[in-house]
Amino acid sequence: MDIKRRALVDRLASSNAAMSVLVVLLGFLVGTILVLAVGRDPANMYRAIIQVVSGFDLARGTWNARYIGEWLVASVPLILCGLSMAFAARAGLFNIGAEGQYIVGLTVAQFASFYLPSVPVFHWAAAVVLGMLAAAGWGGVVGFLKAKYAVSEVVATIMMNYIALYVSRYATQLIPGTNTYKTPSFPATARLSNSWLESVTNGSRLNTGLFLALAAVLLFWFVMEKTRTGFALRATGFNKDAARCSGINVQRSLTLSMAISGAFAGLAGCIVALGSFGYGRVLAGLDGYGFNGIAVALVGNSTAIGTLLAGLLFGMLQSAQPLMQSRQIPKEVTYIISGLVVVFISLRSGIGLLLEARSKEQAKSAARKGELRDE
Amino acid sequence: MDMGDKNAIELLGITKVFPGVIANDDITLRVRENEIHALLGENGAGKSTLMSILFGLYDPDAGTILIRGKEARIRDPNDANALGIGMVHQHFKLVRNYSVTENVILGIEPRTKSGNVDTARAERRVQEISALYGLQVDPHVRVESITVGMQQRVEILKTLYRNADILIFDEPTAVLTPQEVDELMSILKRLKAEGKTIVLITHKLREIKEAADRCTVLRRGRLVGTVDVASTSEELMAEMMVGRAVKFRIDKAEAKPGAIVLKIEGLTVRGSKGHDAVRGLDLEVRAGEIVGIAGVDGNGQAELIEAITGLTKPSSGRVLLKGKDVTDSSIRERIRWGIGHVPEDRHKNGLVLKFRLDENLVMKTFDREPYSGFAGLLDFRAISAHADALIGQFDIRAGEGSATKCGSMSGGNQQKAIIAREIDLSPELLVVAQPTRGLDVGAIEYIHERIVAERDKGRAVLLVSFELDEIMALCDRIAAISKGEIVGVVEARDADEREIGAMMAGLKGKTG
Ligand SMILES: Nc1ncnc2c1ncn2[C@@H]1O[C@H](COP(=O)(O)OP(=O)(O)OP(=O)(O)O)[C@@H](O)[C@H]1O
Ligand SMILES: [Mg+2]
Repeated sequence: MDIKRRALVDRLASSNAAMSVLVVLLGFLVGTILVLAVGRDPANMYRAIIQVVSGFDLARGTWNARYIGEWLVASVPLILCGLSMAFAARAGLFNIGAEGQYIVGLTVAQFASFYLPSVPVFHWAAAVVLGMLAAAGWGGVVGFLKAKYAVSEVVATIMMNYIALYVSRYATQLIPGTNTYKTPSFPATARLSNSWLESVTNGSRLNTGLFLALAAVLLFWFVMEKTRTGFALRATGFNKDAARCSGINVQRSLTLSMAISGAFAGLAGCIVALGSFGYGRVLAGLDGYGFNGIAVALVGNSTAIGTLLAGLLFGMLQSAQPLMQSRQIPKEVTYIISGLVVVFISLRSGIGLLLEARSKEQAKSAARKGELRDE
Repeated sequence: MDMGDKNAIELLGITKVFPGVIANDDITLRVRENEIHALLGENGAGKSTLMSILFGLYDPDAGTILIRGKEARIRDPNDANALGIGMVHQHFKLVRNYSVTENVILGIEPRTKSGNVDTARAERRVQEISALYGLQVDPHVRVESITVGMQQRVEILKTLYRNADILIFDEPTAVLTPQEVDELMSILKRLKAEGKTIVLITHKLREIKEAADRCTVLRRGRLVGTVDVASTSEELMAEMMVGRAVKFRIDKAEAKPGAIVLKIEGLTVRGSKGHDAVRGLDLEVRAGEIVGIAGVDGNGQAELIEAITGLTKPSSGRVLLKGKDVTDSSIRERIRWGIGHVPEDRHKNGLVLKFRLDENLVMKTFDREPYSGFAGLLDFRAISAHADALIGQFDIRAGEGSATKCGSMSGGNQQKAIIAREIDLSPELLVVAQPTRGLDVGAIEYIHERIVAERDKGRAVLLVSFELDEIMALCDRIAAISKGEIVGVVEARDADEREIGAMMAGLKGKTG
């Protein structure tokens, strides 16, 4: 019996990161088979993906960095909404409200860009800060209700999502010059555009939001893993009773985690509003980043780095869609892959068991062979 | 006697390795048919692991299992059930809002012809079985409304309903009151009389003496030996298991009580069921003494502790710590001001099982120096150094040292970790509830010594235990509690077990 090898397999099976990677590979495998099944060339799917992440068009042998930029643009709000979900999850809360918090951030940022003085840097920075604060309040209220009156955060956030949507629609239409779907253009000082990023990515919409998102990932990791606030949040998430007994203020933890969670989603809203669009939008419906954030956090195991990678993955699938279609690959295959990844992740414990059982079988048959040889 | 030599269970050369520990190292155990076989060993010796292997919860890394002489592959509990093996776990696995009968038949419900659950038939069966083995339970009531002892009987019924004739009990008495222990002992004997084979894990030598025929001792994952209980003294069994002689008496000097540390005045606390669980209770604990609360479970002990530690707000009365009124203070303030607390339910309130050992050891101090520094940054080096020190000092055994997840530690070592954390806080007042529940005799000896040492350092200790023996041995003064009131306080040196027993039953005693 090889104890060392067993221990390694045990560790892999219990490692969330390894499991996520495996699950993603599995998702792609099934996606590939599906593409084959509908009679298309899966190589085209991978060519599209390679073009998204590297800019290389293997078919034509050309390179265009704009694809990379657009990939990152699509990933940024996914990463941030993933962080939002993950932060609450670490404190034991299920934040379905990232969508609403995102809308609040977006709406406040749109207002701020029309009503704040048009001073360079200050203008967008203040708009972002206000958007995040408003979204933090939007989320924090839910955390407070949960902490104080045991109101289910799931129900509360779902309602708050719709309140956010309709309040946003109504309020945005009050901005002078707004028609049924858009406001006038933002002043240039309110935009998050970054000429350097634009030039290195050949004129993509990539903007300062990228740096803000990376800073958010770092902040998440730092707060969660390195500070006493994070310690208290994690303890609350794992065992509320023991946390309370140890003198941790559980009510504060819950409120704070929902507020910070809301701030992350709100930042996503600000970046989409001020980075990707030159004008304010009267939202016709939910953008869906908040809900996709749930999947991102799930695949990323609610860790900072995991959420970053998962956000990039989902962003990649999203921005590969048009390229796939132009290569006769149905774009729905990306939905199938991301759906499968989420399903597989949910089955994680099952897959872990399976792996363990397999490795045991192998160890046993190896041992048996060893015995035979000895005889 | 011809029940002699047929073996019901043979575990041959069982080995099981977990990361960092060999939980079972080439263990061979033979259990004869129709005997009560005790399994004894220190905390973390590997008893639960060995029985989990027999029940199909873990796969052994090596070894063979024979059931009634035939080699068996037990891959999961269903295989075990099919072989007539049942297990009563330490933590019950019952559906709280189902009735007793529903719990018993869960998964193998008898059906009527139309395919519905045949409740009438099931209830009849449950009643038959409970009558046969003397397991008194009401088959109609919901599990959430019955006592722990009854819940355990439901677990036993579950195994019997599945026709088990080999029954494994993992520390069944750790959660029971003394009366319930007596009842369980007679149930075990009854089961044996009806032809069952029983494996009993327990740390209580007295229970082994009372019920078991033979006893197998494990130490640190290895087999020490199997002995005949009737011809082996408790001292010898304890020595086999710990590897050294164990003192059964606590040596302690006369207490030197100092100033009053804890003063409780007219305390009334509403219990979870809506009635007053603590009713106008008065109590004093002085520095340098151990005061024990003796009483039957459910007489307000839990609520009293909650009010002292700040988990519940009392409806009236005051709690004074060194003269300061802390009745309305937060839990955190009380910890800072010097209240340490070893909670009764260590999994619920004591530990974060998914945290590492070093994190659990700083649960109450992580937010101060030296564990938190500038800008609330955690100092992981200080945190793990602290853990290493306590691991050494308190002999906490954990496979991967300070990085071990507490959930994978044995019950006894989890308790040691909590005691270590609380004593390390060096509190003015140490409130301990059931500190040695589920611990081996060596660990009990050690924890008692530490509690006495805290007293001798001039700390006040309030001990709640349902075991009168423990209270009698450890305390300097004993307060008997009944229906939320202190019915009498006696000096331990002239306390009489019967007198305290009478007070616990509610008869007024003297106060002093
Ligand atoms: N699932 C697990 N993962 C890792 N280590 C484990 C696991 N279960 C048990 N162990 C380790 O194996 C050893 C034996 O544990 P086990 O629970 O069998 O002890 P025990 O004799 O039942 O102790 P106790 O009397 O405290 O219940 C301990 O060192 C424990 O930490
Ligand atoms: Mg055990």
